[in-house]
Amino acid sequence: MNKTVSRRKFLKISGATIGLLAASGTVGSLVKKTNAFTEKKKGGVNGIQKIPTFCDLCFWKCGAIAYIKDGELWKLEGNPEDPLSNGRLCPRGTGGVGAMYDPDRLKAPLIRKSERGKEQWVEVTWDEAFTYIADKMNKIKADYGPEAMAYFVHGIGGNFIKHLMKAYGTPNITAPSFAQCRGPRDIGFRLTFGEDVGSPERTDIKNSKCLVLIGSHLGENMHNTQVQEFAEMNDNGGSIIVVDPRFSVAAGKAKYYLPIKPGTDIALLLAWMKVIVDENLYDKEYVDKYGFGFEQFKAEISQYTPEWAYAETGIEPELIRASAREMAKYRPATLIHSGRHTTWYGDDTQRSRAIALLNALMGSWGRKGGYFYPAMMSVPGYPYPPYPKPEKGKVDNPGNTIYPFATEGHDTITNGVREATITGKPYPIKGWFTYGTNLMYAMPNQDETIKAIQNLDLLVVTDVLPSELAGWADVVLPESVYLERYDDLNVELFREPFTALRQPVLDSPNEQKPNWWIAKKLADKLGLGHFFPWNDIEEYLSKRLTAAGLSLDELKKKGIIRGEKKPVYFEEGVPAEFNTPSKKIEFYSLQLAEKGHDPVPKYTKHQEPPSGSFRLIFGRSPVHTFSKTQNNRILADMSDENELWINHNAAMRLGIKSGDYVRLKNQDGVVSNKVKVKATERIRHDCVYMTHGFGHNSKMLKQAFLKGASDSQMITKYKIDPLMGGTGMNINFVTIEV
Amino acid sequence: MARFGMVIDTKKCVGCMDCVVACKTENNVPEGFNRDWITTDVKGTFPTVKMQIRTERCNHCDNPPCVDCCPCGASHVHDLGGVVLVHHDKCSGCKACIAACPYDARFIHPDGYADKCTFCIHRVEQGMDPACVSVCPTHCMYFGDLDDPNSSVSKLLNSRKYRALISEAGTKPQIYYLD
Ligand code: SF4
Ligand code: SF4
Ligand code: SF4
Repeated sequence: MNKTVSRRKFLKISGATIGLLAASGTVGSLVKKTNAFTEKKKGGVNGIQKIPTFCDLCFWKCGAIAYIKDGELWKLEGNPEDPLSNGRLCPRGTGGVGAMYDPDRLKAPLIRKSERGKEQWVEVTWDEAFTYIADKMNKIKADYGPEAMAYFVHGIGGNFIKHLMKAYGTPNITAPSFAQCRGPRDIGFRLTFGEDVGSPERTDIKNSKCLVLIGSHLGENMHNTQVQEFAEMNDNGGSIIVVDPRFSVAAGKAKYYLPIKPGTDIALLLAWMKVIVDENLYDKEYVDKYGFGFEQFKAEISQYTPEWAYAETGIEPELIRASAREMAKYRPATLIHSGRHTTWYGDDTQRSRAIALLNALMGSWGRKGGYFYPAMMSVPGYPYPPYPKPEKGKVDNPGNTIYPFATEGHDTITNGVREATITGKPYPIKGWFTYGTNLMYAMPNQDETIKAIQNLDLLVVTDVLPSELAGWADVVLPESVYLERYDDLNVELFREPFTALRQPVLDSPNEQKPNWWIAKKLADKLGLGHFFPWNDIEEYLSKRLTAAGLSLDELKKKGIIRGEKKPVYFEEGVPAEFNTPSKKIEFYSLQLAEKGHDPVPKYTKHQEPPSGSFRLIFGRSPVHTFSKTQNNRILADMSDENELWINHNAAMRLGIKSGDYVRLKNQDGVVSNKVKVKATERIRHDCVYMTHGFGHNSKMLKQAFLKGASDSQMITKYKIDPLMGGTGMNINFVTIEV
Repeated sequence: MARFGMVIDTKKCVGCMDCVVACKTENNVPEGFNRDWITTDVKGTFPTVKMQIRTERCNHCDNPPCVDCCPCGASHVHDLGGVVLVHHDKCSGCKACIAACPYDARFIHPDGYADKCTFCIHRVEQGMDPACVSVCPTHCMYFGDLDDPNSSVSKLLNSRKYRALISEAGTKPQIYYLD
């Protein structure tokens, strides 16, 4: 029996240390609050206030209610009116209290005073910081044109600075959430159905009768609504099929678990589709009506027998057949989940397309229990003056020639911008402005990121914590945490339309400022003040809301206003329209063929780890988001380091056991920080696994510093998806250094 | 008389620790301590693995050795629902209860008294569920009166297979796990 307990410290202190703790007079407060907070308390309101807002511990944006007790944040609960949280936040959202009371928060603007990466700064006033930034940005514009500034952003909080960057005149606005995450999935689905699955995904999990998860580890990956619906469909007796090299939490709930060899998912998908087509298990009426190129598709996949796939994937032919038949039994309420973090092997768009096609065979796109057609409230944007038109196109993918399906005007490829910053081609990039993203963790190959940074005349990092990226910045701008600020409205495409408000529940303790204020003040300095014609954020929000027939006062009270339910399935009257060239679901893609790519997905073998090495795969912890929560004292109490999952027998052969500390060394000789071994029956023998976001080396993150190992550091190698520029990252091999 | 208890559906629990986090903020449990925790049992060899994940806490035993052994009268059974509680001001921090509890459910709070799950009695008395139950994103925890045949907990125990933990210790635990 393998027992894991989340109360290490709890067990530890039942020994002698307890006397010490008591004697040293440690106060029994949850998270020690800074002086600034204690002072604020005096002026605060007595008793309990409840203020609605929405969460920012991840991008899901769940509606929350903050409880303020005697002027201090007590707890956060879900807003029952919100369709994303349904009144229940996920563990990170519940632990958001720890984000606000993090003693290591950035407190004042900083300007670097020694060489880059040394983490040595002087505190300056906001005005000094803005003057510094504006001088550099003006010089960059004069010397190289406005296109030489790039903006890297994550999250809704980045909207106002995005607006500023467009007003400044750069087209190079980019987010790792595309080329390092969901990009391949979005493009694969767009090539097939003419639309992508969006965020939050349009997956109708709660109504699905059969859910297929390929590498998606719902329950460990805590996208709140998805996990809630996953539990609901499971409770309703739904069938679950899990494909994963690791026996995930979801695998523990599955009827069929397929322990696939990493990198071979396309082989499995092709064999599944062959079984379903050969045995006539697909939705013939749906395919006849909406499909394009089905006969060519059928001919193309006819070669992929389960026996062939067995040799590639290690999944028994009978298990492939049985799970394929299981899916067909419940169609169209069979949902093959699109996944979200899909940048694995560099052929990820084709894998996503195979997933899309399997859904098409089930007839699940547009159907109840499959993928619904989301609705959105109509809330007009602020009537801003038109942006200047950049003279040069985007730097990452000139003329769409390199990556034909990373469509111009839609997403920009982070690694394309980084590459241009290093080479100066097709034109130089001289300034990076970043918001809410720690590029040292978000992008593969940290050396390349550093190399690019060394070519910059200006790196501005806006964040709440001193991340690794901040360590390289020329200017660090301390932002208020989400509980202390307004942000733009959340008007999301979802099962039902809604508009949600993020509003401050308390003041910032030090010099931190909200992003809208930062953008507006910097615009003034840059002579772009006319792009911010409102005096403050409430005026901005009011104008947008009034145009939509809503009121800010009402939204402040409720946190969310829901619109009228609309039809979301074909069977409810949604027109079955597909925005593809053929106006149909493209089983065979002429677009792909024209650009010299496989019109029907094909399987390519990926390199396997040499003997003695393991493939490094990574995933999510339910209590952490990216690399931004490990310093949160409440969440660190749940999990303060990651573990290296290794198959029990493989560990025995290496002479290591659970609880030992080891280091990883990758194919390029990079050695990790030490990480605790978890020898387990829950993973294959040919790969090792860890959760992402640990192993911080920013000294200013006092809780997270050197706790666990960083997968990002080990990902020196990546394979670029030729269709859209995504970086496949599961291709790194490691040995274990005892 | 009400008899409070919990029923936890392990089929739904994903081990996300939301219950642990919510308890921490609700009850201001100090850094380094938790009143509830997650246990994962794994059986078998890869890939034929069976796994159970469950959330655990004080079982509010009907026959509580922690109360019987308390020399100060601090550990006691509350008037309402048989909930086992500790009077902080009476507790000397002697740890007899910690030794007596077969579930490892107690710890000494940095302020010097024995602490553990209270079933969030302050919420229950106001008609709410305990914090862990009301936060759980999978709705896998149920709280209620085991003496009331119409309560959700009684109904679940009547219709599903269940077990309590370490029942052989004879403390009559009041938390039940559905398989
Ligand atoms: S999923 Fe969790 S972290 Fe993300 S917004 Fe919702 S509650 Fe917050
Ligand atoms: S919150 Fe619910 S699903 Fe999460 S660990 Fe606790 S009991 Fe399990
Ligand atoms: S679980 Fe332990 S602390 Fe709780 S009532 Fe039983 S013996 Fe006492």
